[in-house]
Amino acid sequence: MERIDEIRSRVTLHEHGVDNVHSTDFPGNYDGYDDSWNLKKFEKKFKIDVKKLEGDELEFDMIGVDAAIANAFRRILLVEVPTMAIEKVFMYNNTSIIQDEVLAHRLGLIPIRADPRLFEYRAEGDTEGTAEDTIEFHLKVKCSRNKEVKDATDPDEMYKDHKVTTKYLKWVPVGNQSEIFKEGDIKPVHDDILIAKLRPGQEMDIVMHCVKGIGKDHAKFSPVATASYRLLPEIILKQPIEDELAEKLQKVFSPGVIEIEQHKGKKKAKVVHARRDMCSREVYRHDELKDLVKLNRVRDHFIFSVESTGILPPDVLVCEAIKVLMNKTKTFLNELQEAEIGVSNKNK
Amino acid sequence: MESIEDIMRMDKEKLAAPVKTVEDKWKLLPAFLKVKGLVKQHIDSFNYFINVEIKKIMRANEKITSDADPNFYLKYLNIYVGMPDVEEGFNITKPISPHETADMIHSLAVVLMPIMLRSSNCVLTNKSPAEMAKLNECPMDPGGYFITRGAEKVILIQEQLSKNRMIVDQDSKGSIECSVTSSTHERKSKTYVIVKHSKYYLKHNIFSENIPVAIAFKAMGIECDQEIVQLIGSEEEVMACVAPCLEECYRAQVFTQAQALRWIGGKIRQRNQWPSANKCKLDEARDVLNTVILAHVPVEDWNFKLKAVYLALMIRRVILTQGDKVSIDDRDYYGNKRLELAGQLLSLLFEDLFKKFNSELKKIADQTIPKPRAAQFDILKHMRQDQITNGLVFAISSGNWTIKRFKMERAGVTQVLSRLSYISAIGMMTRVTSQFEKTRKVSGPRSLQPSQWGLLCPSDTPEGEACGLVKNLALMTHITTDMNEAPLIRLAFNLGVEDIELLSGEELTSKYVYTVFLNGNILGVIRDYKRLVKTFRMMRRAGYISEFVSIFPNHGHRCVYIASDGGRVCRPYIIVNNQQPLVKSKHIEELTQGFRSFEDFLKEGLVEYLDVNEENDCMVSLYEREITADTTHLEIEPFTILGVCAGLIPYPHHNQSPRNTYQCAMGKQAMGTIAYNQRNRIDTLMYLLAYPQAPLVKSKVIELISFDKLPAGQNATVAVMSYSGYDIEDALVINKASLDRGFGRCLVYRKHAVTMKRYTNQTFDKVMGPLIDSTTNKPPWKHQLLDVDGICMPGERVENRQVLVNKHMPVVSNPVAGAPVNLQSVNYKETPLTYRGAMSGYCEQVLITSNPDEAFLIKILMRQTRRPEIGDKFSSRHGQKGVCGLIIPQEDMPFTDLGICPDIIMNPHGFPSRMTVGKLIELLGGKAGVLEGKFHYGTAFGGDKVADLSQVLVDHGFNYLGKDYVTSGITGEACEAYIYFGPVYYQKLKHMVLDKMHARAKGPRAVLTRQPTEGRSRDGGLRLGEMERDCLIGYGASMLLLERLMISSDAFQVDVCSSCGLLGYSGWCQYCKSSKSVSTLKMPYACKLLFQELQSMNIVPRLSLQKYNEV
Repeated sequence: MERIDEIRSRVTLHEHGVDNVHSTDFPGNYDGYDDSWNLKKFEKKFKIDVKKLEGDELEFDMIGVDAAIANAFRRILLVEVPTMAIEKVFMYNNTSIIQDEVLAHRLGLIPIRADPRLFEYRAEGDTEGTAEDTIEFHLKVKCSRNKEVKDATDPDEMYKDHKVTTKYLKWVPVGNQSEIFKEGDIKPVHDDILIAKLRPGQEMDIVMHCVKGIGKDHAKFSPVATASYRLLPEIILKQPIEDELAEKLQKVFSPGVIEIEQHKGKKKAKVVHARRDMCSREVYRHDELKDLVKLNRVRDHFIFSVESTGILPPDVLVCEAIKVLMNKTKTFLNELQEAEIGVSNKNK
Repeated sequence: MESIEDIMRMDKEKLAAPVKTVEDKWKLLPAFLKVKGLVKQHIDSFNYFINVEIKKIMRANEKITSDADPNFYLKYLNIYVGMPDVEEGFNITKPISPHETADMIHSLAVVLMPIMLRSSNCVLTNKSPAEMAKLNECPMDPGGYFITRGAEKVILIQEQLSKNRMIVDQDSKGSIECSVTSSTHERKSKTYVIVKHSKYYLKHNIFSENIPVAIAFKAMGIECDQEIVQLIGSEEEVMACVAPCLEECYRAQVFTQAQALRWIGGKIRQRNQWPSANKCKLDEARDVLNTVILAHVPVEDWNFKLKAVYLALMIRRVILTQGDKVSIDDRDYYGNKRLELAGQLLSLLFEDLFKKFNSELKKIADQTIPKPRAAQFDILKHMRQDQITNGLVFAISSGNWTIKRFKMERAGVTQVLSRLSYISAIGMMTRVTSQFEKTRKVSGPRSLQPSQWGLLCPSDTPEGEACGLVKNLALMTHITTDMNEAPLIRLAFNLGVEDIELLSGEELTSKYVYTVFLNGNILGVIRDYKRLVKTFRMMRRAGYISEFVSIFPNHGHRCVYIASDGGRVCRPYIIVNNQQPLVKSKHIEELTQGFRSFEDFLKEGLVEYLDVNEENDCMVSLYEREITADTTHLEIEPFTILGVCAGLIPYPHHNQSPRNTYQCAMGKQAMGTIAYNQRNRIDTLMYLLAYPQAPLVKSKVIELISFDKLPAGQNATVAVMSYSGYDIEDALVINKASLDRGFGRCLVYRKHAVTMKRYTNQTFDKVMGPLIDSTTNKPPWKHQLLDVDGICMPGERVENRQVLVNKHMPVVSNPVAGAPVNLQSVNYKETPLTYRGAMSGYCEQVLITSNPDEAFLIKILMRQTRRPEIGDKFSSRHGQKGVCGLIIPQEDMPFTDLGICPDIIMNPHGFPSRMTVGKLIELLGGKAGVLEGKFHYGTAFGGDKVADLSQVLVDHGFNYLGKDYVTSGITGEACEAYIYFGPVYYQKLKHMVLDKMHARAKGPRAVLTRQPTEGRSRDGGLRLGEMERDCLIGYGASMLLLERLMISSDAFQVDVCSSCGLLGYSGWCQYCKSSKSVSTLKMPYACKLLFQELQSMNIVPRLSLQKYNEV
């Protein structure tokens, strides 16, 4: 029974491979287990535990779901939560050495702080854009020589405006946008992203349109730097490990995973924070420790980490992702219903 | 940005930090390259030519006299090559104008000399990077090439068998022969000593039959038989071999010199151009012996002693080789090779042209002086300045080296400098081609010779027909230039060498002495050769004689060879004395502090150059720990055996050797940056990477050639795993998000040009502004990009079939050549330059210039930005190329615990058979480097150790083996295997689908056969070839064959007369004068064409027709 429980709930890390990677707890798959789904059971088991929320980073645990669900959230966070990004670039003048297409590509990748929930998708074929679906930016820079400084060799001193950064992007309200948004509401997330370098005489005069889009279309619309999860590590000491071995064991894991306790005048190793382990499987390289430890990962304990690009806070992104999934399921249910109606109509 | 700059600054400080061990002796290499540069061979050689050799040539041909007037003469006093001046105007990016002036009595410019870039007379010599930047030049550019007619041309290094050296060889029948190719300024000839019926003969092209050696000796004034035998050698076995020759002489009744000369005179092949009518046979024979046979051996006042001794030695060598005392010489041995460089090739050509120039002047003088004229004859007016110039420029731009006096004709000596990547350009400058025929299936010259160790790169050679014949120089290789012999001769005599002239044959062949040679000529003999060699070397180390003079004994030949000739390959070594390398830590310390240069090491005798031959007399140890009592030298650094291209490979010593060879070929196709001035250049084709990166795993070579400043590739995070089925056969799976973010994005620049010609009838091409539609007042779509001047506007997007230049050509109604036409009445027809391409492009730059023929030239630089697509070719630095097989979205990519997705997924099947362990280590090094925030080294025969790299991984919480636990992006569950995961430097190669894709439904046909055209460029059809046809025949699909071979190709309706069987026309048979039995049928047009062509050759093909239902 214990063995089956382990297969059901743990992924085992061996020296040269991973075991029990797939979830097998489908209804009827195990004799003596009731794996049928019901809400009550799920509610009891399911837990979300926010561990860290600092700035653009969020770490939370999602416990009690299948990998498919957790993965769905990850995938949606990566590519299906919409953001605003520069999509159309109108080059009125660009005498810098950076080519128009490359410049446009670079501009596209700049994260724009604008709440995508307040905008609509732009209709296909629409080139003009309206206040509901477009944010306009202007970039007008001309580099000049700094006449006050002489004998300088540092470009920063010799030239003015020679580094075009996102600071130079100027938001221009379209239609009634100036009533809805304040100055400073819409701007690039960071104002120190280097777009291009200029030399005296070179200039840029560019108008940009930002539209709403999703990461599936282009990575620039992705709201996260990355969103991923890992399974909670579990380290089982098969027998008490003491003294030198204990110290060795401590070194073999990531800092803080193993602590050493004084126990009857002997040092004894104890797993305190398995969560902190990087799963480098370093133990397996030491023959004397190899057989004393078992490395597992908890199958339904997902440690999510969401790193936002700064457009939306990561917690909002997760909520948005959940909404996207809910909408998907709703659409799917509707489709099913319609299909059912269609089938029953046919049968009549 | 700042942080990277900081790191670089830190690095510099670290480099300048004091060194403790001699282990840092590799720092001699950058010092060497600082002095010598990567292409110093070319530049040195050219400098020698323009500063020294050209004066010698002038002095040899300084006087022109006239047969008509004995008082008339013209004498050149001095010649020098001046600095280029800008008369040439603007030749695109290069402000160097190739010019030369040669000073004369009145200081006249005789020739405009093409100047090698970065040579002593180039504008770019000794310019700081800032000055170079001001001139719009790239400071990284190696120079060493020429610019003629707007193209960059490299004179490749040519490898040949060395001149003026005896080579004992076996001919196809197995008999031994000794040959010498003599080469002097005037003449090149090859002399043989052969064995026939155990008698020895002198063989040369000029003789109609072989000359018995005894007769040759007599003709040279050695009349006494005893003397002849003594010269060859008085040992028992040698004498036995010589005896039959003497008998033969007897039989020919030749006893005196006069008789011998007369006898030889009768065997001289008569040549038409030789004005020998006024000479008697005897004089002619003497002349031939003097100047043609063994031409390089000097004869003074008809004293043939030296030549006779030389000939005797040739015979002696053959005899000794027959007797198995000495083995035959190896032609492939690199000590027997000489490398010919730009300077030498140019000086040959220049001398030839100069002689021609002088002889023409003489001819003019001869013709003009006798004529009575008012003014005094001024020969300077008859000098045609451009004659030599044109000769030089033509040779460089066409690569055809024709030297009349040597009857030498070589094609392909120069090549256009490949500017595909920075590496390809430098790679070309170090290339060595050999004169062997490529088609011959011989393995000897192609295989890697042990004597090439350290001088030629063992990896960098092309595959296929030129394999092993085209080679590349290693990093430290230096090629010598010619040197003055006189001081060496004096030194040799002072050191106890006894002059030949003073010795008899017995003394020359004595077993107690060694013969001393200088550059292939016998100098004398010496008893204590060891002392000679030792002292000579001491003098060289002390700097009394040039560091490139080599001296070495050959115990088999019992000879000491001194060489100071040009074209020998050599490289520097650290001298070891009493088991102690002379270069100490303190020297290196001084070097890093900048108190010392490489020259100082040479001058102080700590380091010396050894050529291939002298290497054989030395004991070189690779590392300090291997030094024994016999050791004479120490290698500076093992990785210098590799060339530039192989130097880019990280951990090449862990790879299977052919993989490194493949990478050497592929590194030249990788796109990236080609030069700092790449955006000012207008090349016909240029590939650039949008975001090039310096490799995470560097090698010392990479830093030395500043590949990290002009990189060609990107660091991709690679997961070695199987994914989908689209990764078989080396295909790669690429992350779409990576492509979105700019991975592998490249820019393709292409030049389009039109010339505006001026015709003889005063008409000329013109460019017209765009057409304007009168109703809309707008130009048509085709002309949308045109500016008012009729040329497209920079920055505009150009679609397929749009006009770039709206050129018009005059239609000449009256084709009377040269007759002026009324300019108003000329009609013009449109001949626009249109853009053709599957993808739209942008007009980057328009350049209006003129070419030497005074015609206007409009160059348009077009640009495309391409994102990698399925089918584009990529490669790592280990000869592991692959095409992109699939592009998958980021969310489907596997990810690690940290959320890292790979950029590229590579199939692990690429490893077992290729055995590119270096790539595995590169990945490890890259991963460790990323974690630590530093670059790791993968230098050949060194580099960071795997254990250290793995330890870094462990320290950062990663697995020791570099394998990560990954989760599938599709299922969300873990992968059952740990995945080898980390950054590898990937190159994007120039082969892209966009340039190659081709399909056609219907399209153009060839005029003659009416069959579809061939090739992608002509929108041709895809051929159903013979073998495909065979398949279809075998299968029996006759109707398909008929459809493919005729109906879809060149079906044609012909009228055939069934009575005569000939082709008719429109229902009428011209032969039978009837339309009675003419029937129409379909046949391939090519078949009809064949019938008609046969008819034109008086062969009548007749068709016999039968009704199909009556067969």
